[in-house]
Amino acid sequence: MRIGFLHKILAIVHKDIIAELRTKEMFSSMFVFALLVIVIFNFAFELRVANIRQVAPGVLWVTFTFAGILGLNRSFILEKDRGCLEGLLLAPVDRSAIYFGKMLGNLLFMSVVEAIVLPIFWVLFNPPLFSPALIPVIVLGTVGFAGVGTLFSAIAVHTRAREVMLPILLFPIVVPLMIAAVKITGGLLDGQPLAEMRHWLNLLVGFDVIFLAVSYMTFDYVVEE
Amino acid sequence: MNTRSFAATGVLNGIAALAMLVALYLALVYAPPAANLVGAAQIAQRIFYFHVPSAWVGFLAFFVTFVASIAYLWKGGRQWDVLAFSSVEIGLVFTSMVVTTGPLWAKPTWGVWWVWSDPKLSTVAVLWLIYFAYLMLRNTVEDEARRARLAAVLGIVGFLDVPIVFGAVRWWGQSVAHPIVFGTGGLRHSPRMLTAFLFCLGAFTLLYVVLLIQRLRLEGMRHEVERLKSQGFTL
Repeated sequence: MRIGFLHKILAIVHKDIIAELRTKEMFSSMFVFALLVIVIFNFAFELRVANIRQVAPGVLWVTFTFAGILGLNRSFILEKDRGCLEGLLLAPVDRSAIYFGKMLGNLLFMSVVEAIVLPIFWVLFNPPLFSPALIPVIVLGTVGFAGVGTLFSAIAVHTRAREVMLPILLFPIVVPLMIAAVKITGGLLDGQPLAEMRHWLNLLVGFDVIFLAVSYMTFDYVVEE
Repeated sequence: MNTRSFAATGVLNGIAALAMLVALYLALVYAPPAANLVGAAQIAQRIFYFHVPSAWVGFLAFFVTFVASIAYLWKGGRQWDVLAFSSVEIGLVFTSMVVTTGPLWAKPTWGVWWVWSDPKLSTVAVLWLIYFAYLMLRNTVEDEARRARLAAVLGIVGFLDVPIVFGAVRWWGQSVAHPIVFGTGGLRHSPRMLTAFLFCLGAFTLLYVVLLIQRLRLEGMRHEVERLKSQGFTL
């Protein structure tokens, strides 16, 4: 029976979800780490900043990024350590299906963590109004981060200092993504409509499209044995 | 490498060394002081003759890496990988020169060492981090073919990121007045400044070529030694 490309991708996502549901390793570490980052930032900034709006967008995105790094690190280390990567590569699926499968899995785990962290963040930091427009912005930012992050996770896992290499490789690349995401988040907190920040949205979308395409094209060379 | 090409690179080295000395003379003596500046800012302005060519060579070097990385993934062949990382090493040296000469100039002129909202400064800083990570990546991968493939992917992704970083920082902050060399005013009014600048640009590009040739030669010799060792020769 011939299985469609989408089915192959979903099969890999399914595998990752089951593995995660059994161990809850990745989710719990990402979630607790995100809370810790928020707590530390809270104490680091509280006494010095009169208006929380000035630091809230940055704190939010740093939290997402740091928690995301933990998840991305586990993503391929789990595959590599238990010899699963060889199994995946031997499976009769296109390499790009493996990339999109892993990428969607990472996107899903990051999104779940973000969905829980966001209300907690609001309660603890008490920024002014919550704009629903923030949701698509967070999604776009997370897609870009998980997209290029999955590629770099696969690169880092083949190095000697793998947990250390991922942030060193990934953070400089996602600088423009962070700038755009923090800018839009800050604008929304100040009550600006999303339409006024169209150029930043374009940058986010452009980053996502360019780096998803490049990751898709180069992933094959990264996992090749 | 045969004797004739060895002699040729020797001559090229000599020309490059001479060109750098002339460049120093042109930048420090021949070029007139900037008429619109005073004091330390006027002296610091001369950094420009080395600062801008360094930035140009840095971008050129990383562009060469970008092209060589694509060629490696597309066609394969060890020579492309050697070209890619040799160019990164040289590019990183020149980028380091940019991020040190820049603040030296900025302090007397702007009053601060560094301004994050300037797209050129921030882009070069991010560029430096990306290619430093490139060399770190190479140092942490054992297998030679895999090292080349992973580095090539970073060589491509990293270079594509550069214009996006530049655009993002340009929108992000109100830029301070980073001098624009080829605009209205500027160099057009002083032929001697223009001569000095263009000569420095040429001299630095030649220096890049010379360093690249030497680096490729060195890598070739290292590879040859490895090959001989593996065949049982003891040194």
